[in-house]
Amino acid sequence: MTVQELPGAAAYRPTPPPAWKPLTDPAPLLPDPEPYRVLGTDAVADADPELLLRLYAELVRGRRYNAQATALTKQGRLAVYPSSTGQEACEIAAALVLEERDWLFPSYRDTLAAVARGLDPVEALTLLRGDRHTGYDPREHRIAPLCTPLATQLPHAVGLAHAARLKGDDVVALAMVGDGGTSEGDFHEALNFAAVWRAPVVFLVQNNGFAISVPLAKQTAAPSLAHKAVGYGMPGRLVDGNDAAAVHQVLGEAVARARSGGGPTLVEAVTYRMDAHTNADDATRYRVESEVEAWRAHDPIQLLERELTGRGLLGDDGIEEARAAAERMAAALRERMNADPVLDPMDLFAHVYAEQTAQLREQEARLRVELDAEQDQHGCDDVEEGR
Amino acid sequence: MTTAAATAGERTAKAKPATMAQALGRALRDSMAQDPTVHVLGEDVGTLGGVFRITDGLAKEFGDNRCTDTPLAEAGILGAAVGMAMYGLRPVVEMQFDAFAYPAFEQLISHVAKMRNRTAGAMPLPITVRVPYGGGIGGVEHHSDSSEAYYMATPGLHVVTPATVEDAYGLLRASIASDDPVVFLEPKRLYWSKADWSPEAPVSVEPIGRAVVRRPGRNATLITYGPSLPVCMEAAEAAVEEGWDLEVVDLRSLVPFDDETVAASVRRTGRAVVVHESSGFGGPGGEIAARVTERCFHYLEAPVLRVAGFDIPYPPPMQERHHLPGVDRVLDAVARLQWEAES
Repeated sequence: MTVQELPGAAAYRPTPPPAWKPLTDPAPLLPDPEPYRVLGTDAVADADPELLLRLYAELVRGRRYNAQATALTKQGRLAVYPSSTGQEACEIAAALVLEERDWLFPSYRDTLAAVARGLDPVEALTLLRGDRHTGYDPREHRIAPLCTPLATQLPHAVGLAHAARLKGDDVVALAMVGDGGTSEGDFHEALNFAAVWRAPVVFLVQNNGFAISVPLAKQTAAPSLAHKAVGYGMPGRLVDGNDAAAVHQVLGEAVARARSGGGPTLVEAVTYRMDAHTNADDATRYRVESEVEAWRAHDPIQLLERELTGRGLLGDDGIEEARAAAERMAAALRERMNADPVLDPMDLFAHVYAEQTAQLREQEARLRVELDAEQDQHGCDDVEEGR
Repeated sequence: MTTAAATAGERTAKAKPATMAQALGRALRDSMAQDPTVHVLGEDVGTLGGVFRITDGLAKEFGDNRCTDTPLAEAGILGAAVGMAMYGLRPVVEMQFDAFAYPAFEQLISHVAKMRNRTAGAMPLPITVRVPYGGGIGGVEHHSDSSEAYYMATPGLHVVTPATVEDAYGLLRASIASDDPVVFLEPKRLYWSKADWSPEAPVSVEPIGRAVVRRPGRNATLITYGPSLPVCMEAAEAAVEEGWDLEVVDLRSLVPFDDETVAASVRRTGRAVVVHESSGFGGPGGEIAARVTERCFHYLEAPVLRVAGFDIPYPPPMQERHHLPGVDRVLDAVARLQWEAES
């Protein structure tokens, strides 16, 4: 028997995490009752203008990406797209607070965070196009596969962060989940494990008001989703999810805390999903237009644009430039997505096991015969048509 | 850290009686000593050494970080193991009892089994999930399930189960070394079965997926695995008096399935009975009988029969002897193989 060693395995010796005693006073863990805000408040004076401008450009690009991807569903180029329009501040901030060595654990709605982290926009869409489950190497980008089951990626983030800590790497994992996902068992188990292990994880709940059609009031009886943190022994933070500067700051503090050995944080970003759950959903069945209108007045791009123009950091030229850059990205995405992906049916059998079982080899041979027969049939058709 | 070689030197290399539980513990220990990325985690695996004491001494020898008592949450345990494997570790997860593993099913089915496939081979998950399974130990409800059919039905998982002390060691080492996830089913009523076994002697282990003929015979093949192997061996001895020379095949691995060894045996004998204690309907026996029939139809003298547990929820311990296939039930099936005479 041979045991195959992983690269670097010989040098690896786990190091223990620092000793940890549960808090006896839960008060420091409790979130403030009002979501934290930066834009339009005195706190904005401390914000880095360069960061605000970068956030703005990314928000504009992100919104355009959502619009383009939704349009691609109408053209049949995507099987489905869950838009994050209205939630761009959360998506972008999540991507920008992480260092290259950190890991992102996105849910199915978080394509934008993956793209903002640097993932190729087409690779990010293969799951939703339907050609591959994951169009990229998670280890290369340190982005876990977009997760379709709810909250099941959260314990993965905990395990990865724990492993990184054991290896002596100061890596942080940021895991994203929606308000509906906080009702799942895996959410609770992940938070509990993270707190007990003091794992360097940040949980970002994007509370966008609805789990498909079910409103928050039918999802939880807690004062806020951030309040759930205290029961596990970690700080809960409530932030205005449409305020990009605030989300970036709160997540940044949580990441820094995790990296320095301070343990996990639960951040609830209060935001709103402006589009339906996906292109296949009819949101008019469960929410009223006046509610959507109210949130439109609190648009994340407008909030930041107003702040930047008010402070003389952004002019018409800058706005135009951001829009033009977004348009170029959309045009390139459109063009690349118009090409049919080339698929090899034999790939169906290639990645089930490290070594194919005899049964899979038989099935692969059978499909090969079917495909050859299909090929011959098409060949004959071509000849007949040619006559 | 003590190395395996150093400890081996202090011990006698002579074979002496060892239990399956000891062999499993030794396999964990040797794997951890050889590869520092091997981590054991689960409920009670640390200080207590597991409720069956399989992990006894590991936390002491390798520390809490290598053998970790986790919060009591099976989905969390397996889900955390997924993340650990994503970062390059080889987690070995203990599910305390068969029916306690069910909360972790979503992690197992949706992530553990599929991660290699989902990532087009970029992210294999070398996770071993140890599940003590099966009945016969007088456990109250939810402590005696045979869940192998659920695992077998999930592409991406290997499903193995030892029936001997030597296999317990070899198969577990091979499972931990495997780059694919393995559901390692431990027949808990064989934990205290003994064999003369030397942990120091070189243990040759065939790759996962090879069945073995435990007893050669000419008249019929008993196809079995795990807790039913000793039953079949006993039945084969008893059948001699009836004039039947039975061959016994121990599958060892349900996925991948060794069609070759099984078909070769049935072609020699012309008759086959599949024996397992999990329920018959939708159970492993149906799949095995179908495979044997497809490959050996012209060699068969009788239909492939199944001797399985009844299609009932696992009964209370005072009734379990009626449910578990015993020697008599196997012999009765063998008698029914005289198909020509009956029809």
